[in-house]
Amino acid sequence: MSKKVAQSESKEPRPNLLNDPRVRGWLAQVLVLALLLGVAAYGLYNIAHNLNKAGITTGFSFLNQPSGFDISQTLIPYNSRNTYADAFLVGLLNTLLVSLLGIIFSTILGFFLGIIRLSPNWLISKMAEVYTEVIRNIPLLLQILFWYLAILAPLPGPRQAMHLGDTLFLCNRGLQIPKPLLESGFLATPLAFLAAIILSICLIEWSKRRLLRTGRHFPDYSVAAALLVGMPLAAMVLTGFPLHWERPVLSGFNFLGGITVLPELIALWLSLTLYSATFIGEYVRSGIMAVDKGQREAAYALGHRPWMTYRLIIIPQAMRVVTPPLISQYLTLVKNSSLAVVIGYPDLIHVFAGTALNQSGQAVEIISITMAVYLGISLAISLLMNWYNKKFALRGV
Amino acid sequence: MRFIKTLAVASVVTAWMAGSAAASTLDAVKEKGYVNAGVSGKVIGFSAPDAKGKWTGLDVDFGRAVAAAIFNDPEKARFTPVAFKEAFTALQSGEIDILTRNTTWTYQRDTKLGLEFVGVIFYDGQGFMVKKSLGVKSAKELNGASVCTQAGTTTELNVSDYFVSNKMTYKPVVYESADEASVIYDSGRCDVYTTDTSGLAARRSTLSNPKDHLILPEIISKEPLSPAVRQGDQQWSDIVRWVLFALINAEELGITSQNVDEMMKSTNPAIQRFLGVDANYGEYMGLTADWAYRIIKHVGNYGEIYERNVGPATALGLERGVNALWTKGGLMYAPPIR
Repeated sequence: MSKKVAQSESKEPRPNLLNDPRVRGWLAQVLVLALLLGVAAYGLYNIAHNLNKAGITTGFSFLNQPSGFDISQTLIPYNSRNTYADAFLVGLLNTLLVSLLGIIFSTILGFFLGIIRLSPNWLISKMAEVYTEVIRNIPLLLQILFWYLAILAPLPGPRQAMHLGDTLFLCNRGLQIPKPLLESGFLATPLAFLAAIILSICLIEWSKRRLLRTGRHFPDYSVAAALLVGMPLAAMVLTGFPLHWERPVLSGFNFLGGITVLPELIALWLSLTLYSATFIGEYVRSGIMAVDKGQREAAYALGHRPWMTYRLIIIPQAMRVVTPPLISQYLTLVKNSSLAVVIGYPDLIHVFAGTALNQSGQAVEIISITMAVYLGISLAISLLMNWYNKKFALRGV
Repeated sequence: MRFIKTLAVASVVTAWMAGSAAASTLDAVKEKGYVNAGVSGKVIGFSAPDAKGKWTGLDVDFGRAVAAAIFNDPEKARFTPVAFKEAFTALQSGEIDILTRNTTWTYQRDTKLGLEFVGVIFYDGQGFMVKKSLGVKSAKELNGASVCTQAGTTTELNVSDYFVSNKMTYKPVVYESADEASVIYDSGRCDVYTTDTSGLAARRSTLSNPKDHLILPEIISKEPLSPAVRQGDQQWSDIVRWVLFALINAEELGITSQNVDEMMKSTNPAIQRFLGVDANYGEYMGLTADWAYRIIKHVGNYGEIYERNVGPATALGLERGVNALWTKGGLMYAPPIR
């Protein structure tokens, strides 16, 4: 009987493949994908064809040609005989520099703002609130122009520069700071510092275990701090201070020697930091408020002081709420740094998608590279922060 | 920033969509009823709106001359201010029909960018402007100076060449727009402002105290300013080129906007040919026989345009110098119309 049924089933005409929902699903996806690829390929072909027809040279070979222009801030040696590829690197490093500075300082200021805004002290919390509401509601572009045109541009010229003991000079050409000149034997100092870091980590790890095992407290942070300062200092003394400071000196039109921090960099960094910090402050505040009141009360009941309560109980839990919007804020900051263009800070957009684009005429290539770079930077930050987020989320569960 | 991206995207999209739309520019211009000229829009004497909002300037008058030759009406020229960075893209993508934006004719722009320069409308050269209070008398004394300039220009490259070849150093301070560069120079951020000398004269008139600034005697580059069109439409580039030559030839022949009607009765064969009295030269370019008459009648000859916009009687106060006719010791020389 059962055999017969099986036979009759196998004899039934097989269902049309097109009626199989799974096959149809696959087919639809393949068709859509093929269509997308086809459109993209047609678009690319058409761009190449039309550019060619218009007599515009295409390709990336221009990257190896000398650029012919100078750049005001170069973190790597660069002059007008270097190539377009070098100019690209200079612009990229300048973008990364201002983004990194912005991220570090806006995080510090943001956490500070978020915490003091919850302070029981009325004046302090109101001040944080007013700051946040004012700064985050003014467009960033205006803030950049304000710092640049209203604060830094009216500074006196180099000959009348404001100075601090003839070492620091502030004028409309920027901030002039002494430059460290390294001599042989200096390497010992950073090595000592590195050793101190490793030693401190081990020390803190050991003291933590000891605390759990024996309940006895060891002043690990104080000792670690002493190590971090003491070891490099000792290395410096032992090698006979192989470090000199080159002071900026007024010579002719400008200062010679030392390091010049461009007013464009200062304006951009300040405005990015102050603006982003207000958002970060709000995320931190929301994160802290999301931590259950009982957690704080329990910590106090265990005898933790407010600072330790924050460090051990509140912030770690708050971070789970803070991290995702923090990622977006960092990404926004990096992309906002391209507003550099309005004040002439030589970032990637200004140098590469600006000057280099016009001097070489390779619009399609340069804009593609620039977009890919911003995408790359943003994805890298996203990956890093998502990893961090995951780590915290798992621990919290 | 957003603007640049939009434009870049627009240019890519245009390159994408342009497909087979390769109709002649002249037909397209006739169909839409006006010539769209890309101008700088802010350089007094070359292209800037006057107090009543009417466009004036040498570059603007050239755009009107092209419109006059096609439509017999100089007002059929529209002017689109294009930032320097976007100028070439705007022309390539067909947003504008001619670029008449005090643009320097260089080898790379001519051969590599798909542009065609039609001829020199103004012989310029790059110079330096400094504050008189610095006490500088020559560009050779500028070692170590901060120099304000505009991004993407030949100026930016020349200044680098000049300082390298004179074994001097400088600090570049580069802005997107010439406006910004000159405002920032005025604020004291830079010791020197550099651009073409005509531009320096125009900019100086807009500074807070024009008398405090000095244009140094050195001219460090050749800047032949030329109108440009897209490569690939020979008829259109012929029209624009011969409008320029007509302006110069008219001055040489002594034809002005005042006397052009009397000149129609002239017995001089060169003038008769020029004004299309006994021959239809216009048809070779797809225009009418009186194309040159229209230009001179409505806009005037090169000398008139020069005197009206940048000459000694204007705010710029530039002598003819090398821009005089070749018969008067200058470089202005146009092939004959015959």
